[in-house]
Amino acid sequence: MEDALSWGSILVRIAAQLLPVWVALIATFALSMTFKRRLGLYGRIFDSPVGMTGFALVMFWVFTAIFADIIITHDPLGQFSGMKNILPGAPLKDAAEGAYPYYLLGGDHLARDVFSRMVMGARDVLKIAPAATVVAFMVGVTLGLPAGYLGGKLDTSISFLSNLVLAFPVILLFYLLVTPEIRVTGIPTVLAAILFIFPVVFLTILLNSRFFTSPAKRNLYVGIVLVIGLWAYSGLAFNADPLGVWSMDPNMLNVFVSVVFVNSPGVFRIVRGMVMDIKTRDYVAAGQTRGEGPWYIMLWEILPNARGPLIVDFCLRIGYTTILLGTLGFFGLGVTPESPDWGSTINYGRRLLAIAPHPAVVPAFALMSLVLGLNLLADGLREESMKD
Amino acid sequence: MLMFVLRRIGVMILTAFALTFVVFYMTNLPPNLEKLAKSEASVRMEDDAVISWLAENGYSSPVLQRYGEWLGVVPGWTRTDETGKITGRCIKAGTDPATAPGYCGVLQGDWGFSTVFKQPVSEVLARSLGATGWLMFWVMAVMVPTSLLLGVLSGMREGSRTDRVLSTFAITTTATPEYVSGVILIALLASATAGISPILNEAGWISGKTLFPGTATSAMDDITFMNFFLPVMTIALYGIGYIARMTRASMTEVMTQQYIRTARLKGVGFRQVVMRHALRNALIAPFTVIMLQFPWLLNGVVIVETLFNYKGFGWTLVQAAGNNDINTLLACSVVAVFVVLVTQLISDIGYVFLNPRIRLA
Repeated sequence: MEDALSWGSILVRIAAQLLPVWVALIATFALSMTFKRRLGLYGRIFDSPVGMTGFALVMFWVFTAIFADIIITHDPLGQFSGMKNILPGAPLKDAAEGAYPYYLLGGDHLARDVFSRMVMGARDVLKIAPAATVVAFMVGVTLGLPAGYLGGKLDTSISFLSNLVLAFPVILLFYLLVTPEIRVTGIPTVLAAILFIFPVVFLTILLNSRFFTSPAKRNLYVGIVLVIGLWAYSGLAFNADPLGVWSMDPNMLNVFVSVVFVNSPGVFRIVRGMVMDIKTRDYVAAGQTRGEGPWYIMLWEILPNARGPLIVDFCLRIGYTTILLGTLGFFGLGVTPESPDWGSTINYGRRLLAIAPHPAVVPAFALMSLVLGLNLLADGLREESMKD
Repeated sequence: MLMFVLRRIGVMILTAFALTFVVFYMTNLPPNLEKLAKSEASVRMEDDAVISWLAENGYSSPVLQRYGEWLGVVPGWTRTDETGKITGRCIKAGTDPATAPGYCGVLQGDWGFSTVFKQPVSEVLARSLGATGWLMFWVMAVMVPTSLLLGVLSGMREGSRTDRVLSTFAITTTATPEYVSGVILIALLASATAGISPILNEAGWISGKTLFPGTATSAMDDITFMNFFLPVMTIALYGIGYIARMTRASMTEVMTQQYIRTARLKGVGFRQVVMRHALRNALIAPFTVIMLQFPWLLNGVVIVETLFNYKGFGWTLVQAAGNNDINTLLACSVVAVFVVLVTQLISDIGYVFLNPRIRLA
């Protein structure tokens, strides 16, 4: 039997395993650096060391998630005898021919490979967090624009509702919203039906207000959005897609909807505040004098001018969503026990912290580095967009 | 000013009612009640047995009426069974139904009975809030001075090396949620196989196996530095980064003001300028942030108390939610909502007091 690996060789082997990620990262950086003057705000990230570090960390995890199938050394659910809570770098006992001979970062309480689970966990997190943030943004923007621009009773009532959600302790809300019992009552489906309609509404209004002067184009674009949007909507919210392309696991839907629900009031507040500031500008008055409709002004005059802070908030919010997903996993809500997502891995690992810390510490560092990357990226973007 | 406060309190009460009703509705959903019936009476109950159990125990009336009963504005239900025995919400077992009060709800100070802890909810809540109060106190005592100091130091000279180092520290801690920092701290300081404890043990510096204990259960009886250090640091670290960043932003803004430059040009020393002229103006914004940190601290408390097995408010909430203890869960949410709304109110009023430039209509 072979000896356990030293820390140096563990690191070398992990780096070798992550080879596709390094190649992709170097390619991205080389291309972006070459053309950075032509890439707008994205290119300007590469002017600030902070932004560049953040971008590298984020892209590292994105590429890890993409190439997860090549990177993993073992099946994330596969168990090998004698590998329970084993230390990092331990050799596999009587490994089959062709199997990777080591557990690079040790084994967990069920003798599964910690490294492979961490890599697959990246995929789980990056599948939900950005998508949930996008939907939350669509909800927040669609409600925040009219609330800030039109004000009045509409503003008062939506603001009251959003403050209501914000005053709710997040964990209590999760305990109420993400339980197996609640799925029986159909509340997640109702929430999904309300929240998922916003992206469709947003895109329809966006294109309609832009092209309503040329009906032919308008009908085409709005038609495409409505067909694809409602198709996806029926599949995702009601699991009733006639073609079966769009569907979402009820467990995942429950988690997704709760995360969107918690996030959108925050977006709403930011958008509303910025609209109230921007609507006093001269170019908005000019638009009103030209006879532009309120939705055109909101979506095509005000929104583009609010993009800087919104992009920064978007980055921060993906990080926050990642933390929320981890919290859900930590309390064992809405995830299956086999799921390799970081939150629940930490949850299972924490019970054995005193004896074998590595199953919990590895995903903990993974989660921290991803959120740190997003925060640094947001900082870099903020610095660069303030230079205008 | 008075009108503003009154209006805010009005909105606050409306919010509290709306939120407690939502929690009441969510905890009283049919599947939850069914689970309650099965855990209270018998696990292998048939569907119609569940329905009759719910009817016998007053769960069959409309939700709004039950919410009223819970609040204490609607008389509690009473029921006479075939043998003529009267049972009811307000009739305690073994007491005479004739002397029982008509109303018994939160307004009368009756929070109900906890099914998990087998105790009146008010007792459970009092004990757990006391425990959490100490935790919060020490977190605040560590977090506020540290974060303000860090923020002022790094905002004093923007772009200096101190600023870079402290900002990196702050941004790292804001990226580390409590369940991550807790796990890392335990692995580092309270694990027998990893971190610094084995090294210290071999050198003979500590008598036990680990430097700090991995749980804070003993802190329920006696708070010491050893058993409280890790939980307090875990909660405080996250807040320190955030408040320090806010303080830094506010400090850098103040340092670019005209009056600071005037003071410098008059020949006032840098130390004097910071202490006398900048500090007071720079601390207005962090005050609001600290107040608005409370809801997030509540989150941290739930995570840390679960992680360190400290039986306070957060631990109680998790136990109640996990075991479908409706009365305790409702009481916990009332407390949580109350804390959030009151801190919001204090932050609004405090902001006006601290910043005379803001006038409220």
